[in-house]
Amino acid sequence: MRSTRRRAGALLLSLALTVPLAACGSGGDSAGGATTLDYWLWDDRQLPAYQECADAFHAANPDITVKISQTAWNQYWQNLTTQLASGEAPDVWTNQSTYYPQFATQNQLLDVEPFVQRDKVDLTAYQQGLSDVWVKDGKRYGLPKDWDTMALVVNTEALGKQGVDPAQLDDLTWNPADGGTFEQVIAKATVDSNGRNGLDPAFDKNNVQVYGFLPEWADGGNGQNGWGILAAANGFSYLDKNPWGTQYRYDDPKLAETITWFKRLIDKGYAPRLDKQSSVANSELLLAGKGAISFTGSWTILTFTDAKVKQKFAFKPLPAGPSGRKSPINGLSDAIWAGSKHPEQAWKWVKFLGSSDCQDRVAQRAVVFPAITSASAKADAAHQAQGRDVRAFTGAAENTFLLPITEHGTELNLMVQDAIQSVVLGDAQAGEGLKDLNNKVNALFK
Amino acid sequence: MVASKTATPRHRDDREVFLGAGAPAARPRRRDDRKVAWLFLAPVLVGFALFYAYPTVLGVYYSLTDYGLLAPPNLVGAENYRDLVNDDKFWNALKVTGYYVVLNIVSQTVLALALATVMHRLTQSVAVRAMLLVPWLVPNVTVGLLWMWMLDANIGFVNHVLRAVGLGTTGFLTSPTWAMPTIAGINTWAYTGYTALLLYAGMLQIPRYLYESASLDGAGEWRMFTRITLPLLRPVLALVLVVSLIGSFQIFDTVAVTIRNTPGGVTRVIYYYIYEQAFTNFRMGYASAIAVVLALLLGLLTVVQMRLLRASRSDLA
Repeated sequence: MRSTRRRAGALLLSLALTVPLAACGSGGDSAGGATTLDYWLWDDRQLPAYQECADAFHAANPDITVKISQTAWNQYWQNLTTQLASGEAPDVWTNQSTYYPQFATQNQLLDVEPFVQRDKVDLTAYQQGLSDVWVKDGKRYGLPKDWDTMALVVNTEALGKQGVDPAQLDDLTWNPADGGTFEQVIAKATVDSNGRNGLDPAFDKNNVQVYGFLPEWADGGNGQNGWGILAAANGFSYLDKNPWGTQYRYDDPKLAETITWFKRLIDKGYAPRLDKQSSVANSELLLAGKGAISFTGSWTILTFTDAKVKQKFAFKPLPAGPSGRKSPINGLSDAIWAGSKHPEQAWKWVKFLGSSDCQDRVAQRAVVFPAITSASAKADAAHQAQGRDVRAFTGAAENTFLLPITEHGTELNLMVQDAIQSVVLGDAQAGEGLKDLNNKVNALFK
Repeated sequence: MVASKTATPRHRDDREVFLGAGAPAARPRRRDDRKVAWLFLAPVLVGFALFYAYPTVLGVYYSLTDYGLLAPPNLVGAENYRDLVNDDKFWNALKVTGYYVVLNIVSQTVLALALATVMHRLTQSVAVRAMLLVPWLVPNVTVGLLWMWMLDANIGFVNHVLRAVGLGTTGFLTSPTWAMPTIAGINTWAYTGYTALLLYAGMLQIPRYLYESASLDGAGEWRMFTRITLPLLRPVLALVLVVSLIGSFQIFDTVAVTIRNTPGGVTRVIYYYIYEQAFTNFRMGYASAIAVVLALLLGLLTVVQMRLLRASRSDLA
């Protein structure tokens, strides 16, 4: 009994004590007019670029020092939330569209609209549509910092061996019925252990050496890295209105058709079965030559173009579906904590982060595409200068759709992911399963 | 929490029975040790109050609120508990956990018992004992990751071997059928040595002469195991079972590092579900309600188990 009570206590301890314990964190302090701002981001690849911005900012504002903390994505939001709960959050942090609504609703974010008006920030300088994402009920919760789009990443060497000319990949088509030329290429790129490709009648789908396509199934509520792209090309839209819709449409047959197509791809042996998929990320499998084609985001450009990479990769435009070629566009912003003791200084830093001064510096390093159009062009040029063809991503920016921005984002991420995985595993029918899911998701908004 | 200053008359202290069970009763004391005893107990009591009792009370309170970390909690009565009853995922998590516990406890106890017996009857080697503990010393997250790589369907060593000998590959941690047995197996691997050592220590308390006279009477090893070792080990076995049952219910780390690739939540055990509700969905109130239910459930299980095994009585005394 004693040990039970102890265990029970320990259990509750882990839950209940997190809050007071987190209060031991450090906060920014100001002494003698000098201010230290805490700034958080998650991408280690971007850290050097923003450190450069912070240094430049400090040079221009000697009384303000920016202390950057980088935490990996998996811990970032938990850490942030516990810090917020304990009243010790960073003054400024990098925000993301799925996560920010809950912070906005809970009054954790500073409305920067008055500052924007006062300092006459030119919002038209940003890539179209990016700055509106951060507005809710007339309040503005951040300035855009960058954007990303999706494209196909293909192993040109592997495809070349199967007689696919990379130029053929510039204009792929797709439909949920037969998969279009996209599926043809995937079939050709799939090779079994006897060296036969997916179109060969003797192809052995149980002994596949290289998969033509690597789908992503841990993809939350929006399918940004996979199903969401093709569903949009099939005419699916997530919501009644975006941002801030309250009715999801996961029961749309167009989504069910899309998922069913993916499932057929798996059944034919062109993509790994979900119950036999690898524990490592698709990008790793591509690099290891275990897959030929996948969707990838513009933030992974350096992963595939690194000098150490043995295979040859190219980025190609997404396949065009019945409703055209559509890429999700996702932007990040820099937000100010409502509880910051230095709102004026924090705004100065956010304004600098959102200015071409900082974004040009980020552009030079060609890690991401900055939100300011001119800086973005510079990033593109920096990529070209290093011999990287990233037109698939910049081209994708011409026809985009927004990832859903609503309440309950994190909760429905898990629900949707589970339901879609059940369908892909064959545990649930696409139509039924997604209808059931949709009812549950929409019940969150009642 | 400090003893009173007045001297207490000399009489048998009830606590003595508790502290020294089985010792001859009522040895008169020279002076009253209780003040000192309280003093020594104080740090533990303070720690207990601060780190166990207070959070427990707080957790029970949160379970009655809509606490979401970012806003102050509002009382909502039994709403969280009502939601719980209708939450498929909660029931599924309980089912999944139960499945894991059965797999894990059975395999772990049987293996550990076998190992301990072999050690007890064959070798007293410290090196062997130390080796058994090695898997237990590796942090759980490392164990999880290690096995995840080794069992990977595409690039893992185990599947590589399976393929080489002509057997098909299996997505050990990614197939809904195999994910849970695999996790149970991994944790059995990690904990058997430790459990075996506890049982071994229990076996050492069994007087040797019992074995000697048994072997003089012509009893074989198996008979000695079933007639001497097992019955006399009962109190220790009961303790080990209770502790490992509770520990087993608390399965978290191995699942947490592998669940990303396990589809459809087939390994979403109760602890992981609590964690998800609290730190992914930020429903601290709801998570607390699940935790309270789990604590009650574990308490109940322990009582039943202790009763069934008559754990507080030894056959040796």
